[in-house]
Amino acid sequence: MFDRIREKLNILADAAKYDVSCSSSGGTRKNTNKGLGDSHTSGICHTYTEDGRCVSLLKILLTNHCIYDCLFCVSRKSNDVKRAAFTVDEVVELTMNFYRRNYIEGLFLSSGIFKNADFTMERLLLVVKKLRLEQNYNGYIHLKTIPGASDELIKEAGLYADRMSINLEMPTEAGLKLLAPEKNHGEVIKPLAFVQQQISQFTADKKLIKHVPTFVPAGQSTQMVIGATPESDKDIMYTANTFYKNFSLKRVYYSGYVPISNDTRMPVLGTQPPLLRENRLYQTDWLMRFYGFKVQEILNDANPNLDIDIDPKLSWAIRNMQHFPVDINTADYKMILRIPGIGVMSAQKIVQARKFGKLRIDQLKKIGVAYNRAKHFIVCLDSPYQLKDYQGTQIKAFILAESQSKCLKTDSNQMILF
Amino acid sequence: MTYIFDGTFQGLLTAVFEWFERKPGKVVLKSISIFQPEAFAESFTVSTSAEKADRVWAGLQKNLKKDWQRKYYCAYLSEIPEAYNHLFQFTVYIFQNQVGAESNYGNPHVIALAKYAKSVEREKHRMEAFIRFQKTGDGLFYANIDPDFNVLPLISNHFKNRYADQSWVIYDLKRKYGLHYNLTSVEEITISFSNGADKQNLAPVLMDEREGLYATLWKDYFKSANIVARKNTKLHLQHVPKRYWKYLTEKVPI
Repeated sequence: MFDRIREKLNILADAAKYDVSCSSSGGTRKNTNKGLGDSHTSGICHTYTEDGRCVSLLKILLTNHCIYDCLFCVSRKSNDVKRAAFTVDEVVELTMNFYRRNYIEGLFLSSGIFKNADFTMERLLLVVKKLRLEQNYNGYIHLKTIPGASDELIKEAGLYADRMSINLEMPTEAGLKLLAPEKNHGEVIKPLAFVQQQISQFTADKKLIKHVPTFVPAGQSTQMVIGATPESDKDIMYTANTFYKNFSLKRVYYSGYVPISNDTRMPVLGTQPPLLRENRLYQTDWLMRFYGFKVQEILNDANPNLDIDIDPKLSWAIRNMQHFPVDINTADYKMILRIPGIGVMSAQKIVQARKFGKLRIDQLKKIGVAYNRAKHFIVCLDSPYQLKDYQGTQIKAFILAESQSKCLKTDSNQMILF
Repeated sequence: MTYIFDGTFQGLLTAVFEWFERKPGKVVLKSISIFQPEAFAESFTVSTSAEKADRVWAGLQKNLKKDWQRKYYCAYLSEIPEAYNHLFQFTVYIFQNQVGAESNYGNPHVIALAKYAKSVEREKHRMEAFIRFQKTGDGLFYANIDPDFNVLPLISNHFKNRYADQSWVIYDLKRKYGLHYNLTSVEEITISFSNGADKQNLAPVLMDEREGLYATLWKDYFKSANIVARKNTKLHLQHVPKRYWKYLTEKVPI
């Protein structure tokens, strides 16, 4: 009995690990019923695996039996892997016992599609209902919306889950068609839009009526696989931008493709996953969401791909030297945010601190500014006087010479030499 | 001039009171535990007074917003010797300036406090993440810790709200006190371990019979969730520094 559970957990956790969504933030559930669990607004990462990814939720599939044959997925019908399925009670037991020991922040439940969409969604719903209603569980639940499931089921699930997500899988429709001919983006967009519309409906009701149940309080997210198909960074980020805009997504995840199939349409087995490219895409994502950049400023027809050797913020600054140097003591917050080497926290501190007197270099360093990087783009009270105006490319060379350029060492398959 | 205080929060606040009463000019505050008499410097021992401390704290509450009151307390909990002096100077600075002076990040004491508070909050967050309970035979959930800073007072509410339906103990081995939640309230406790007892690992006989099972399942899960092709030891160590491993079920070898 015990061995069977172990085996199932190994198979179904292994199959779920390629879904990179890990966050447990944004939950609003409070432990009011003297039950188990209480949300932590910022989320908690309880541990990190040896690949450096955080483990916050018990991320498992209900089953890895699947009727689809998507090339990029380990659980595809034609793949020769061990199959297993949890019972509803097993998932509930595991979640409760892991949570009680402070191993996890909650449950991330996904599933292969068995029989049909509604049948699968019903099973997922059973698990979350049991946790919430029978076990008084208030911890985090991230539930996969199964494309094609009926509106009623999705709506009911939304009352118990904190976050729901559906994966776009490939950044473009063409890419998806190539690897998963049975699927299309429309199938993903429909439920995303439905849940989004329900969320705004419930929020609107809440303004008028006091006791409205929460509906997916932590919002929706999606994921794209990067590097399996030949899309440019521009394609990827424009798609992400559209989805952020149209569906108020909380997150778009970018998952560097880890080769799991020897099909000729995809990178061969043993290819290194594009980790650095993934990192640059996340940096761009952050610039869009927290730094006030428009995606068109970072990626456009002239620059369809992100630089590998420098981050996108520096890359933008070098292309737009007409905006620099920025005077730290007078520039507005939005412009300070755009300076390479200054993050959100430093920018806020600068704006507060300069009310008390003009800032000097040593103060900037103490505030947390990466001065060696920022110095090419700013002037402050005691900036050394500079006779020469450096070109963007020269500054890039200075910065690269100073940094240890960890990127170039780890990056084997993407470096462009000439 | 050196002011010496007893290391308590009230002592720290009393020292501020004494300074304003005497106005002795430039002063350095030190805790009695690290104080070394100097040949040419005078010293003054602050005798802690709850009444004086309350007055100073009331004044601080008037001058500081909630977030800075918390930063102030966190910086105190860091137990770093230099932090006490920064707290002292910061308090004097706040009382001598207009409301809002705490946002002057150009001031060395403001930035020092912000840094200490950040370290302490990070440690607090780590404890919320890295504490691993073991279920004992009588249904109590037990965890040992030895955090870098004294964060027990900061995590008490988090665990009380989260684990409202199970009784638990979190014990700080370094500072020799712990918290016990008995399903209604959290109390401070001390445990006298018998000689030779292994404080870090509870004896298996004390455990709930299914404790080993769930620990094994968790270790399995931790292994399965790893993607070998993406191995990144540097990042792993950055997020889970080795000093925390001894309490992490998934990092303890079988």
